[in-house]
Amino acid sequence: MTTLNSQHWQRDSAEVPVVTPVAPSLDDVAKAVPADVDLIRTRIRARSGFAGIDWNELYRNRDLFRFLVQREIKVRYAQSAIGIGWAILQPLFTMIVFTVIFGRLANVDSDGVPYALFSFIALVPWMYYANAITDGVNNLIVNSPMLSKVYFPRLLMPLASNAARLIDFAVASVVLIGLMSWYGKVPNLGVLLIPWLMIVMVMSAAGTTFWLATFAIQFRDVKHAMGFVVQILMYAAPVVYPASLIPDAYRFWYSINPMVAVVEGMRCGLVGSVGMPWMTIVVGSCSAMLLFFSGMLYFNHKERQFADVA
Amino acid sequence: MTEHAIIADRISKAYQVGAHRARPDTLVGTLQSWLAAPIKNYQHIRSLTNAGRGRRPTNRETLWALQDVSFEVHPGEVVGIVGRNGAGKSTLLKILTRITDPTSGSADMFGRVSSLLEVGTGFHPELTGRENVYMNGTILGMTKREIDRKFDQIVEFAGVERFLETPIKRYSSGMQVRLAFSVAAHLEPEILIIDEVLAVGDAEFQKRCIGKMREVAGGGRTVLFVSHNMSAIGQLCTSGMLLSDGKVMARGELHEVIEAYMKDLFHTHSEVGDDSTNVSVKTSINGCEDEHVWDHGARLTVHVTVETKETMQRPAIDLYFHSSSGRMIFAQSDRFVDQPMQSSKRWSFEFEFINNGFVSDYMTVDVGFRYCSSTQYLGLWRSVAAIALGPVPVGHSHGRECPVSVPCAVQVQEMAA
Repeated sequence: MTTLNSQHWQRDSAEVPVVTPVAPSLDDVAKAVPADVDLIRTRIRARSGFAGIDWNELYRNRDLFRFLVQREIKVRYAQSAIGIGWAILQPLFTMIVFTVIFGRLANVDSDGVPYALFSFIALVPWMYYANAITDGVNNLIVNSPMLSKVYFPRLLMPLASNAARLIDFAVASVVLIGLMSWYGKVPNLGVLLIPWLMIVMVMSAAGTTFWLATFAIQFRDVKHAMGFVVQILMYAAPVVYPASLIPDAYRFWYSINPMVAVVEGMRCGLVGSVGMPWMTIVVGSCSAMLLFFSGMLYFNHKERQFADVA
Repeated sequence: MTEHAIIADRISKAYQVGAHRARPDTLVGTLQSWLAAPIKNYQHIRSLTNAGRGRRPTNRETLWALQDVSFEVHPGEVVGIVGRNGAGKSTLLKILTRITDPTSGSADMFGRVSSLLEVGTGFHPELTGRENVYMNGTILGMTKREIDRKFDQIVEFAGVERFLETPIKRYSSGMQVRLAFSVAAHLEPEILIIDEVLAVGDAEFQKRCIGKMREVAGGGRTVLFVSHNMSAIGQLCTSGMLLSDGKVMARGELHEVIEAYMKDLFHTHSEVGDDSTNVSVKTSINGCEDEHVWDHGARLTVHVTVETKETMQRPAIDLYFHSSSGRMIFAQSDRFVDQPMQSSKRWSFEFEFINNGFVSDYMTVDVGFRYCSSTQYLGLWRSVAAIALGPVPVGHSHGRECPVSVPCAVQVQEMAA
C-alpha cells in the first residue's frame, strides 16, 4: 500500500515537481493485488507501449462472452424463414456453382476425387474463415458506439463473432459427412489430425479478425474492402483447385497461408486424395499461431484508443 | 476497510484538436500522403495517439481536456460533479471507467466499479426482454448468477412481466427505458459512476429514478454523479466537485461547490459575442458585485452593455431567465422603456428586479439583441450569467423542483369528533 499516501495529492500542484509519468510495467499490472480482502482494486495508469493480455479479466467476463455469442447467433437468424438452414445452403450452393464452373466447364483437376466432394471439403472450413472475419470486423464497427459508453475487454467482441460461426461450421460438417457417405468415401488415419486443423482454422480466423478489426476502427475502408479481400484470399487457398498445382519451389511460401494447411489436411484425412502434407501443416500452424498472438497483442495495444477514434 | 474509495492523482488527458481534419480518413488518402511526405505523416499520425506525451512542450493543436486532476473520495461518499459543458466531466468519467486511458497521472479505485454513462447499453431490438436483461447486465459487469438472483426484482421494477419473451423491438420506448434503468438500478458495485442518465424519460420516470438512486446512494455505496440538474444533485449528493477547464476548482461541501459553480458560470460567460457585436453582462445583488445568491426580498441588478462595430438604428434588448431545469421563469425587455434607443455603437442597460418568490437552485440569463421593429434576433446569447437562488423563506409554500414559492398560511380547524 505504498501509494496510499493521502498527503501526496493534496499538495499544491505548483509545488509538485513535474514527474514524467512512468508507464506501468507488465509486472505492475499483473501484481495488482486487492488492497483489502474483499475489495477489488482497479488501477488506472497512463499507458504506452505494448501491454500484456489480462487473462484473468477475460476469464472474469466469461458470462459476458457467453451472452455475446448467444446474441450473435440469435440476431443473425432473427426474422429469417430458413434460419440456421443458411449454414447448409450457403456452402451447398457455392459447391454446386463451383462444380459446374470449375469442375465441368474449366475441368480443374481434383486429385481424382469427385469435384463436388473435393470443393465441399474445402468450403466447410473456408466458409467458416470468411464469415468469421467478416462478422468479427462488422461486429466491432456496428457496436462502436457501445465502446465509448462502457468498458469491457474489447477482445470479447470479435472473439464472440468468431465463436458464433462455429455453429454454422458444425452444421455444415454434418452435411459433409452425409456427402461423404453418398460418395462412399471412408476417412483414413489422417482424420486424427482434424481437431488440430480446426484449432489452426480458429486461430487464423481470430488472428485475421484482430488485425482487420483494429484497422477497421480507424479506417472504415476496411469494411468496404472486406468483400473482395475475402474473395482474393479464397484464391490464395486451394479451395477451387488442388494444392498440387503449385510448383514445389513455391510450396513453402504458399504454405504460409494457414488455410492451405487446413484445407489440404482435411482433404487428406477425409478422402485421402493427397498424402499428409506435413511441411504445409507445420508451416501453416506456425503462421496461424503468429497471426493469432500478434493480432491479439496489437488489438490489445490499440484497444484503449478505440473510444477516442471510433 | 480502506479509508479511500477513489484516489485520483494528477490525471491529465490530451486530445489532438483538428485531428479529424488533419487525419486522412481513407486508406487511399493515407497512402497518398505517405507517398508525398512519409516522415512528416508518420510523425503526425504518431502525434494523434501520443497527444501530450513526450518531451516536446504543449503545442497549439493539443487540447488538454483534463489537467492535473487530483481528488480523493471516501467510501460511502456521494459526489456530485458539476461544471460547464466542456469542463472535462465526461472525460474524467471515461477515464475512471477505463473507457479511455489518461495521458498521464493515475487513479486507484478500491472496490468493484460499475458505470452508467447510458442506459440500455448492449440492448438489441431482436432479443427478448429476458435476453436483453442478461446481455445488458453482463455488459455492466454483473455475473449470470447475480442476474439470476435479482431477475424477478428487475422485471418487477420495470413492470414488463408479461412481455419477457417478446423481442424488445415490439416494446414501447417507455418500456425499453424502464427495463434498461431497472437493470442498472440493480447493480451492486462498491463504486458507481453515473453520467446524466436521468436526462431521459418523462418527469414521472425521473422522479422514480431519483427515488431509486437515493436508495442506491443511501446503501453505503460510493457514487460519482455528473449532472446539470442541480436539484437532483442537491437531493442525492453529500459532497461536490467543480471542474472548470479541465481542472478541479472546488471540492468539498455541496453548497460551496454549487456557489463556486455559479461564479464559474458567471465569470466565464460575462463576455460573449462575435466580431460585430460584443455583449458584457454584470450582475450585482443589493449593490454588491461579489454576491451571487439572490435571496428573497433582495434586489438584483443586471447591467448589460452592448457594443457594435457599426452604428445601429434603434436596437432593442431582451432578457430571459431560466430555472435550472431549463424552463423559462420570466423575461424582461427594454421595450417598456419610455424613450426609444438612439442610434449609436454602444448602449448600456440596467435592469432591476426584486425577488418576491424565486427559490431553489439557480437561474441562468439569456440575452437577445435585435432591432426594435423586428422579432428576429441579431444575436442571442445563452447563459451569459447565472444567479443562485436562496432558500425557501419561512412561511412560504414550495413544491420540489419548483422555482417559485408563495407566502402561505395554514390553519388547522379542529373538527368535532
